[in-house]
Amino acid sequence: MDYIYQVRLTTHISSAIGSLTHALLQNARCYSVSHLSVQERIEQKRKAALTGGGQLRIAAQHKRGKLTARERLELLLDPDSFVEYDMFVEHRCSDFGMEADHNKYPGDSVVTGQGRINGRLVYVFSQDFTVFGGSLSGAHAQKICKIMDQAMMVGAPVIGLNDSGGARIQEGVESLAGYADIFLRNVMASGVVPQISLIMGPCAGGAVYSPALTDFTFMVKDTSYLFITGPDVVKSVTNEDVTQEELGGAKTHTTVSGVAHRAFENDIDALLNLRNFFNFLPLSNKDPAPVTECHDPRDRLVPGLDTIVPFESTKAYDMLDIVHGIVDEREFFEIMPNYAKNIVVGFARMNGRTVGIVGNQPKVASGCLDINSSVKGARFVRFCDAFNIPIITFVDVPGFLPGTAQEYGGIIRHGAKLLYAFAEATVPKITVITRKAYGGAYDVMSSKHLRGDVNYAWPSAEVAVMGAKGAVQIIFRGKENQAEAEAEYVEKFANPFPAAVRGFVDDIIQPSTTRKRICRDLEVLASKKQTNPWKKHANIPL
Amino acid sequence: QNKCLNRPVPFSFPQTFDKILIANRGEIACRVIKTCKKMGIKTVAVHSDVDSSAVHVKMADEAVCVGPAPTSKSYLNMDAIMNAVKQTGAQAVHPGYGFLSENKEFAKRLAAEGVTFIGPDTHAIQAMGDKIESKLIAKAAKVNTIPGFDGVVKDAEEAVKIAGEIGYPVMIKASAGGGGKGMRISWNDEETREGFRFSSQEAASSFGDDRLLIEKFIDNPRHIEIQVLADKHGNALWLNERECSIQRRNQKVVEEAPSTFLDPDTRRAMGEQAVSLAKAVKYSSAGTVEFLVDSQKNFYFLEMNTRLQVEHPITECITGLDLVHQMIRIAKGYKLQQKQSDIPINGWAIESRVYAEDPYKSFGLPSIGRLSQYQEPLNLPNVRVDSGIQEGSDISIYYDPMISKLVTYGKTREEALKKMEEALDNYVIRGVTHNIPLLREIIVHPRFVSGDISTKFLPEVYPDGFKGHMLTAGERRELLATAAALYVAAQLRSQKFLGDLSRQWELCVELDKGVHMLGVSRAGNNYTVEIDGEKVEVSGEWNLASALLPITINGKHRNLQCLLRTAAGEITLQYLGTSFKLRVLSKLAAYLSKHMPEKIPEDTSSILRSPMPGSVVAVSVKPGDNVAEGQEICVIEAMKMQNSMTAAKTAKVNSGQDISYLDLV
Repeated sequence: MDYIYQVRLTTHISSAIGSLTHALLQNARCYSVSHLSVQERIEQKRKAALTGGGQLRIAAQHKRGKLTARERLELLLDPDSFVEYDMFVEHRCSDFGMEADHNKYPGDSVVTGQGRINGRLVYVFSQDFTVFGGSLSGAHAQKICKIMDQAMMVGAPVIGLNDSGGARIQEGVESLAGYADIFLRNVMASGVVPQISLIMGPCAGGAVYSPALTDFTFMVKDTSYLFITGPDVVKSVTNEDVTQEELGGAKTHTTVSGVAHRAFENDIDALLNLRNFFNFLPLSNKDPAPVTECHDPRDRLVPGLDTIVPFESTKAYDMLDIVHGIVDEREFFEIMPNYAKNIVVGFARMNGRTVGIVGNQPKVASGCLDINSSVKGARFVRFCDAFNIPIITFVDVPGFLPGTAQEYGGIIRHGAKLLYAFAEATVPKITVITRKAYGGAYDVMSSKHLRGDVNYAWPSAEVAVMGAKGAVQIIFRGKENQAEAEAEYVEKFANPFPAAVRGFVDDIIQPSTTRKRICRDLEVLASKKQTNPWKKHANIPL
Repeated sequence: QNKCLNRPVPFSFPQTFDKILIANRGEIACRVIKTCKKMGIKTVAVHSDVDSSAVHVKMADEAVCVGPAPTSKSYLNMDAIMNAVKQTGAQAVHPGYGFLSENKEFAKRLAAEGVTFIGPDTHAIQAMGDKIESKLIAKAAKVNTIPGFDGVVKDAEEAVKIAGEIGYPVMIKASAGGGGKGMRISWNDEETREGFRFSSQEAASSFGDDRLLIEKFIDNPRHIEIQVLADKHGNALWLNERECSIQRRNQKVVEEAPSTFLDPDTRRAMGEQAVSLAKAVKYSSAGTVEFLVDSQKNFYFLEMNTRLQVEHPITECITGLDLVHQMIRIAKGYKLQQKQSDIPINGWAIESRVYAEDPYKSFGLPSIGRLSQYQEPLNLPNVRVDSGIQEGSDISIYYDPMISKLVTYGKTREEALKKMEEALDNYVIRGVTHNIPLLREIIVHPRFVSGDISTKFLPEVYPDGFKGHMLTAGERRELLATAAALYVAAQLRSQKFLGDLSRQWELCVELDKGVHMLGVSRAGNNYTVEIDGEKVEVSGEWNLASALLPITINGKHRNLQCLLRTAAGEITLQYLGTSFKLRVLSKLAAYLSKHMPEKIPEDTSSILRSPMPGSVVAVSVKPGDNVAEGQEICVIEAMKMQNSMTAAKTAKVNSGQDISYLDLV
């Protein structure tokens, strides 16, 4: 690790301080107990800050397959772009021998500052596990708060790299206060600037609520954990035997709990992917969705889409095939790819402009909406709306999932979240009904009635209250010739016309032209202005 | 300029049929429809339910669904097809190849309805379709035949006995068969027993006829066949040969016409024997007489295919005839217009069969999937692609996994081969595993280029299996440089708003465990990549969105394809046919990589995975059984081939279930 490199980076901060103190320096020298000049002490402290917990602990960190806090920032940010803050901050604890010189680390257990990702400003903090296990002291929290405050003022995202054993126990309530200060800022910044957490080591106890409050939580496989209480406490309270990995590893949170949005192979993989992810995001809620150079023709036809929807309406297909076909260069950054797979959400670009994609996935549970998929979809839609990212919705939904498990779990209020999110969103909303749009789920999925800007139906679309069989059983209960009635129902409703004649879809389009149409609509809708009535805040059914 | 495409059919046609039904699917159905359209004939497609949006259905004027996906219920369902004929009023039926093309029953039923079967009459189909009978007829017609047992083999023990009499190696094959199905080579008694079992099962499932025969297996032969064309008036022609020696598991992969091996005398001898056989069975229509040719140019009659052959386009290319046109004319009763002296050999044509299969597993095990991107190299001159699929089509387990037949034509063989290289490099197939890596290697292999080939070409050239293209040092540099240029282009694009950044990039590129430090600098579209002290210039009009990467490397033009590019620096490039995985990292990321933990892959030796999608036709073990390494666990049938699955280590069987692709058994 090239530490000299960082020294060079930070010299321009120090130069200001240096010139200020220069006059005092000569006098100060004769009173110095350490027999070192201020300049020498600055150098020494910087050097100490750059080595964090020392070479032994750095080696241990590497041995665990983890990079150090500074190495991570170096990979995450553009070369030479990191500007560090608070390198001289030290903890203020004087109990349990903490006041001793050897227990003071310049910068304490977190590295903070700002830098650039592909030239765009970002505020970052990176917890340093080599210093007191990355534990959160009052000073540590204060450093994080400082960059968050500034990020909100200038309008730039905050990325946190979490690798911390938890609260600094020696500091007691000071540490808890520090967490709360961060939580408050997470909440204040929510919807103002994008906040991203990348969990790269332990994150336990109260600490987990900071990532939970941010917009996206990513994890590193095998080396990161998120839990309220560790396996030991679990064993003593509920008598369950569980490993760290099973309790709060990347797999658990990306497949079972839905706490994390994506997991990556290792630190490098995670940081490089985070850089790529960052390219999709606007810097703040005042920024439009970013537009990058695009080589994929905006009017490209996608012939494969004309045959993708199978003739039998019971047969599945992969919604991702549609998404990949339509978006720029088949690049789709999927959010929560392994959780509630019956809905697909993620970021892509259309003619260079970032869009949010929401799609029912017929391949999994017929693409129905259930508790988990509704919540997954709702949170994603609200993020896009908060940050001016147009939403493109692909609909093939047979309805909400029935059953006691769902009803007892509260599908009514959870399903309402997705409905609420689509309804309140004021960003451009484009909807494509590829096949089924049945019942209440039709309304929910960014329908015309929820202020959809452009709603298309493919020729295979069926907009109806329910499938033919169920409908006929109700309408013609106890009557003969059900088959005939079913055929009539299919003829009348299992097609896009009932919706089209009422203007509930704006057009019935050839699937292969979908990309072209959406690109054109997005250009038109770029100047869309829509506001919701004034309110203190809305009351989403949580 | 595409002689093989446009020349054959004259402008005005004598009246033949008003409407033809094509009892087939895929590329051959499309091929027949094309000629019908030129001749002004209306066409009827038949299809299974899963094929309802297939290309051949869209091309035809009318389409009739003849049943569900399994071929036995749709494309082999004679009742349904007969109904389709009646319903649409088709006057004639073209059967294509496979399916009902050599089914005498079908031809009979059509005749009974007064519908013309575009092919030979029932008598010839029967005589030639039965390998035992055909051999007897061939002998009588003074055609050279292979020594063997001219009768039906009753059981495995009799097979062993007969094999002993003929002498090993022997070939066990289905009497009713063709296309390599139900065919096994045996070198000893044990293999004979096993071969007998497999072949009879395959024959039963493919042809509904499990009769087998055994003959002497001619080791290391060439497979050369003669195309014949005969009318209903006793006239017959031979349209030269096709060399089809490049095979895997007795199925053809690369074919060419003419053969490098035949001299005019041998060609004439073979042609004349083929014609005399055709005449002996009063053959009419297009047919193919297959021969095995040994190194001494001795040739032996193998079988006669009484149908249009898959590889017919190469004959069309060199003779200028449209064989489908000829078949339709002949079926209507017209006389042949040509004389033997009118049949030329113009130039050279090569056909590569592009399959959806993994060439790294036994030279090709079927794969399935959706063609997410598909682009045929039709922008090139002298390239013909016969296909029945398009972007978005599904390659399913129900049918042959052929994607297309890629035919290139040139004045000389060298020209045709060069064109084939270019065509393969420009062919974009995404979503399914395909055999282009293998095809691309075959056509540039020195033995193939010099014409030194036999049916054993693949196992001889790749004794340890096909491993993809082996990079030379120069090629390795080209590949590294391209990956580096691509990486820099992508990185620069994401910083577009910073203005032109023309700084030096220091990259670390990994390629099959080799790590290289590269320096890259860019000026406009030109990248200078320094690899181990050597400078490589990469330029060209390419962008990050297009499927093809036409790149100029050190002045040499190359067509690469970028198959994958991820945020984590993974780049997969198709180069010289083979796909190579590279990883491009900044110097810093590469340096820090040493700290990353190594992930241990799951031990899968206790799990049996089917190497291809298919259905289980026989399970040889029960849960709780102890199996030895190499013991057969089950038999998978995929694309009409039966494959025995064996245990990877000695273990106990836990449970069994149905499989789909890569499911656990």
